[in-house]
Amino acid sequence: MELAVDILVGMMLAATPLLFAALGELVAERAGVLNLGVEGMMVVGAVTGFIVTAESGSHFAGIALAAFAGTLMGLLFGLMTQILLANQVATGLALTIFGLGLSALMGQGYSGLSVPPLEAIRLPVLSELPVLGPLLFHHEPMFYLSILLTALVAWFLYATRAGMILRAVGENHHAAHAIGFPVVRVRLAAVAFGGAMAGLGGAYLSVARTPLWSEDMTAGRGWIALAIVVFASWRPGRALLGAYLFGGVTIVQLHVQGAGVDIASQYLSMLPYLATIVVLVLISGGRGAAVLRAPGSLGRTFYASS
Amino acid sequence: MIRLERRPQPSRAVVWMTPVLAVLLTVAAGMALFAIMGVDPVRAVGIIFLSPFSDAYSLSELIVKATPLILIGVGLSLGFRAGVWNIGAEGQFVIGALTGGAVALAFYDISGVWLLPLMSLAAVAGGMAWAAVPAFLRTRFGTNEILVSLMLTYVAILLLSAMVTGPLRDPDGFNFPESRIFHDSALMPQLFEQGRANAGFLVALAAAATGWILLGRHVVGFQIRLMGQSPRAARFAGFREKRIIWFCLMVSGGLAGLAGMFEAAGPVEQLVPALPAGYGFTAIIVAFLGRLNPIGIVLAGFVIAVTYIGGEAAQIQMQLPAAVTRVFQGMLLFFLLGMDLLAGFRFRLRLPRRANVVETP
Amino acid sequence: MFKRIGAPLLAAAMAASFAFAATAAEKLKIGFVYCCPVGDLGWSYEHDQGRKAIEEALGDKVETTYVEGVADGPDAERVIRQLAQGGNDLIFTTSFGFMNPTVKVAKRFPDTMFEHATGFKQAENLATYSARFYEGRHVIGLIAGEMTESNIVGYIASFPIPEVVRGINAAYLAAKSVNPDIQFKVVWVNTWFDPGKEADAAKALIDQGADILMQHTDSPAAMKIAEQNGIYAFGQASDMTRFGPNAQLTAIIDDWAPYYIERVKAALDGAWEAKDTWGGIGSGMVAFAPYNDAMPGDVKALADKARAEIAAGERHPFTGPIRRQDGSVWLAEGETASDADLLGMNFYVEGLEGSLPK
Repeated sequence: MELAVDILVGMMLAATPLLFAALGELVAERAGVLNLGVEGMMVVGAVTGFIVTAESGSHFAGIALAAFAGTLMGLLFGLMTQILLANQVATGLALTIFGLGLSALMGQGYSGLSVPPLEAIRLPVLSELPVLGPLLFHHEPMFYLSILLTALVAWFLYATRAGMILRAVGENHHAAHAIGFPVVRVRLAAVAFGGAMAGLGGAYLSVARTPLWSEDMTAGRGWIALAIVVFASWRPGRALLGAYLFGGVTIVQLHVQGAGVDIASQYLSMLPYLATIVVLVLISGGRGAAVLRAPGSLGRTFYASS
Repeated sequence: MIRLERRPQPSRAVVWMTPVLAVLLTVAAGMALFAIMGVDPVRAVGIIFLSPFSDAYSLSELIVKATPLILIGVGLSLGFRAGVWNIGAEGQFVIGALTGGAVALAFYDISGVWLLPLMSLAAVAGGMAWAAVPAFLRTRFGTNEILVSLMLTYVAILLLSAMVTGPLRDPDGFNFPESRIFHDSALMPQLFEQGRANAGFLVALAAAATGWILLGRHVVGFQIRLMGQSPRAARFAGFREKRIIWFCLMVSGGLAGLAGMFEAAGPVEQLVPALPAGYGFTAIIVAFLGRLNPIGIVLAGFVIAVTYIGGEAAQIQMQLPAAVTRVFQGMLLFFLLGMDLLAGFRFRLRLPRRANVVETP
Repeated sequence: MFKRIGAPLLAAAMAASFAFAATAAEKLKIGFVYCCPVGDLGWSYEHDQGRKAIEEALGDKVETTYVEGVADGPDAERVIRQLAQGGNDLIFTTSFGFMNPTVKVAKRFPDTMFEHATGFKQAENLATYSARFYEGRHVIGLIAGEMTESNIVGYIASFPIPEVVRGINAAYLAAKSVNPDIQFKVVWVNTWFDPGKEADAAKALIDQGADILMQHTDSPAAMKIAEQNGIYAFGQASDMTRFGPNAQLTAIIDDWAPYYIERVKAALDGAWEAKDTWGGIGSGMVAFAPYNDAMPGDVKALADKARAEIAAGERHPFTGPIRRQDGSVWLAEGETASDADLLGMNFYVEGLEGSLPK
């Protein structure tokens, strides 16, 4: 029982950066923008968060500025794709390459430094509960923030007018434009939010989870976040599920190894990726269902001619 | 408020000018970056962009770097034109090297002129098989090929690691994770006396030429272009969308696999876990820098090769960090894509405006 | 650097000898090729510390340069060649994957001196060097065996190569010798460097009951996790005290500086020759961070004794009887492992669980 709780907690820790990045990308894609640059935004967030925390001593400042740096990266993507009408797939890749290079340059001189980890918040009384205590009520603040943001994004998308407009823009930008919705401005806001969230995901890694900076420390998590968005069929609740599932497979394969199973480690390390593919296929549902659920204008360039 | 006007006909001159302008802007931005970093900008840019042309060896190294980029880039450009996003060329590259290399190792004691062609076939088959997974899943289940091909890249790299620490390991290599060095008839023929450029470059050029003819002159090329511009129009025109998806992924997978084998049997001469050096991803930049045009991709392959080799030279001579190369590549792509507004826009949307509405029902 | 290895005499001796040769004609140009960014905090970082130590010790007699983040394979060959062509007299290539490229370039530049770390191919102008890290693993194995309360040691391993397998076996045998109930849990992360994944692995091992962590990956993530969970860990490659002031019991430090300075000095004197060096605790190549104050005196004494005996050649971490995992005899009573056996080690010793890729 205790081990099960421990595994679940480990899963939550592994899932949290993925959840941040996936939620941000989900909103961007709901607005019809496919940003493959999540990895680049995350890693810039990670380096910014670390530098600011190390210099100012304030985790809060580090996390906030990481989100801001992510926002700038997102806006760069927005400028390229929404104002200059560049191809979204190519721009996203450029953003990733650029972000990895830029973060490495920024972080020179900061690798090898250490900042204190973010302290866990121990909710009084609740954290003393036998199973639920360690599982739910004893984490550092960014964990709670990720859950809170999941709920907020769901509420925003489905219960607010702004969310409705954002979805309309993503479904059919020509129709949305005809109604009078500001397509480009909505999309810029969405990619900026996506950048901020990716920045938070990066900061979680560099400030909370393993409080240190090292080049390429996001190690492909931005790409996993993209897969989670598709897995989630563009719904926040399912993104939470997807992030936890991926985190779970990652953690469980480590536990399986620790238990001394007779399988070469490379094959076990493949599991999270293979599981993602299997899940992608399953939710595709055999009749192109996933395609139907994807925002109608996803990845398409919008040009208002009138 | 700046208003955009779409022009009816693209100007070929502008289309070909944008990459040149992008390179110039990248140089300018790079100089600014170096100035901020406190590095002599003129010297740094001079080393990065000129030193690769300074001697015969560096020139042949440009070919070594450009060969896989061109091969993969040409394959990818077909798919990108059709809206088929194979982001996992890196994995197909690895599998091609693995299957091609496995043939070389299987015939370790036998030599013959048939060996390299057989390895090439195995490599193409391996790359195609790896690309067949996203092709099948997209055509059968509508699964997103970007993510599937990407996930398979991680799997391929782990598989290579498992193979060179297992069945393909050099029996005399103290159990280090690498294969034997291929014997002579399993190595790519060299192009020049000096340097490491090999016959794979000629194959890359042939692939580019074939791709150019295919896109410009063949009905498949027309179908690919139409599908990219307007999938619905393509469907109305009676094209089999699935067939195009399969075609694009098979061609790009096969070429990536071939590039992997050329790499293993060329400069590397064996299978090592570090074989995937990012060519599969960088080739995506190359494809766009070359305007998704096979001939342009040949030129773009060399431009990117210059940034690599020049970046190394700048590291050696000025101790600039390795990250500079990536920043340069990212900026280059940004400037290029940004200028799509000037040229690519007209270039991409030749159809009248009303027809464009059709693409998003 | 010197302070850390506790070899001030050596440093003083070297400084003295250079005073005489200070007016020699031309600078010796030295090139380094690193597999990873120098900011990796681990392997390449320590080699770069060695490079800096050369500059510090020899000042204007040498000129060093380095290329970081060089991929194994074809890129390495070009970089090494460019360094040779650029007039570097002595070139250190510091990743196993650079072996064959170094061999090729060395053939082409017979007048340049090459040194390749961790490989096994030599030539007239190509020396090899590596460190007997397993000696360090023996020492931390002893400490772990004494310090553990749960009798479970968690081991974060990178890739199943002989170097890493050797380390696991050495640490396990040592821990077992002082604590017969010891159990090792090994997790392979298949990366040298991914702080997030290493942290996940550390967490998983702690959850499985480990109260001491060992790692053969480069980032300090596991140390951070150990610190947060109030357990012990051992630093890898460099002193990781700042990442785990309470957690770090000690660290195995790759100290290349004495070797590099010695070789550069030999080159300056025209006395350089190609040879194979496999240095250990005795030569200072394997060094240790200061012990944690939480370690009882008898444990410190045990570790110190092991260090002294290994340094003096009186103790070998692999001394029989040792059986392989499958029960077959590897070393008979009193027999010690040959270097060839150690170099290619690809099996677990008896008592370890799990399997290695075949």
